[in-house]
Amino acid sequence: MAVRIDFAKLRFLVIDDNAHMRRILRTLLHGFGAREVYEAEDGASGLEAFTHYVPDIVISDWAMPIFDGLELAQMIRQPGANSNPYVAIVMLTGHSEKKRVTAARDAGVTEFLAKPISAKGLYERIVNVVASPRPFIKTKSYFGPDRRRMISPNYVGPERRKGGKADVIRQSALLDKVRAPG
Amino acid sequence: MAPPKDTAAVTTYGDYELITPQNKLRKALSDRPFDPNDDPVARAERALAELSGEFAGWMDEECDRLDNARQTVKTAGFTNAAKEQLFHAAHDIKGEAATFGFPACAAAADSLCRLIEYAPDATKIPIKLVDQHVDTVRAIIREYTRSNAMELAVQLNKRLREVTDEFLLHENRNRPDVIQSILGPSIVPNQ
Repeated sequence: MAVRIDFAKLRFLVIDDNAHMRRILRTLLHGFGAREVYEAEDGASGLEAFTHYVPDIVISDWAMPIFDGLELAQMIRQPGANSNPYVAIVMLTGHSEKKRVTAARDAGVTEFLAKPISAKGLYERIVNVVASPRPFIKTKSYFGPDRRRMISPNYVGPERRKGGKADVIRQSALLDKVRAPG
Repeated sequence: MAPPKDTAAVTTYGDYELITPQNKLRKALSDRPFDPNDDPVARAERALAELSGEFAGWMDEECDRLDNARQTVKTAGFTNAAKEQLFHAAHDIKGEAATFGFPACAAAADSLCRLIEYAPDATKIPIKLVDQHVDTVRAIIREYTRSNAMELAVQLNKRLREVTDEFLLHENRNRPDVIQSILGPSIVPNQ
């Protein structure tokens, strides 16, 4: 059964310096059924809007003036520094090289959506953050969603996390929990 | 708006903490069965189609921005600000062209982004090569309605890429890691 999301219950913050792209994103989100869509045109005003509106999901461009989407994600992912360091961040960008994707992941971005965007691609990212949230990991050098999306049976190498349970952490999707009887 | 109180569950292991935040998005999960006649993706696509009458004008504005950035580079040289302005204008076209109905422009804009990003010294970028990129983007849009426009665009994009790669590989001949990035494929999956 396909997951159904009630977009009217979600508050979005779209941060992109390009007015055309903001209009596209707003149109898509309203098309999905969202009512609360706030906008900001650069990283600085995006951070201010994030604090003011307390969005459920942040959709941010990467390349922006003042500070970019990556720096914004790093600022949001500061435990104790703002009201919701766990907010879902969807990074929207024309950059699609491996080093860029890795940098976004290491900044604590939840989902990555490469341009050109499509209604389907955006919808799938949003369903993912709502129905299948990942736990957060905090180490000396990282705070953000668990970067291990799966346990690879083919992985060969040392376990980098110390503590014994790192290799058996599994998370059932929220949707499964909701569906579970009792 | 007052932020809700955070109640994350924290488990501490050897050198890291596993945190399960309170799921504030759970409220949006719906019990309603999926209705194929009310597909949200199809709804959004229809909304975008209604907006599409604006796209050609928006593309023209983006091209003017690219052209202005090119003129700045020609006037002021490859200063940091001019370089950033040109890169940003090309980068936006690369990301938007397909959405606006001009997918054939994306490759030329991407090639210009790669030229700027991977050139170790931007001042060595031949202005003529910048001109060729900007003029190609313009030409592809101008000729978009021609029957053989796609064929021409593919040829122009291919040639631009070849010339750009030749320049970049020469300029980065002592930087094998950069050459790997230049030649490496994207790892982002198709949507």
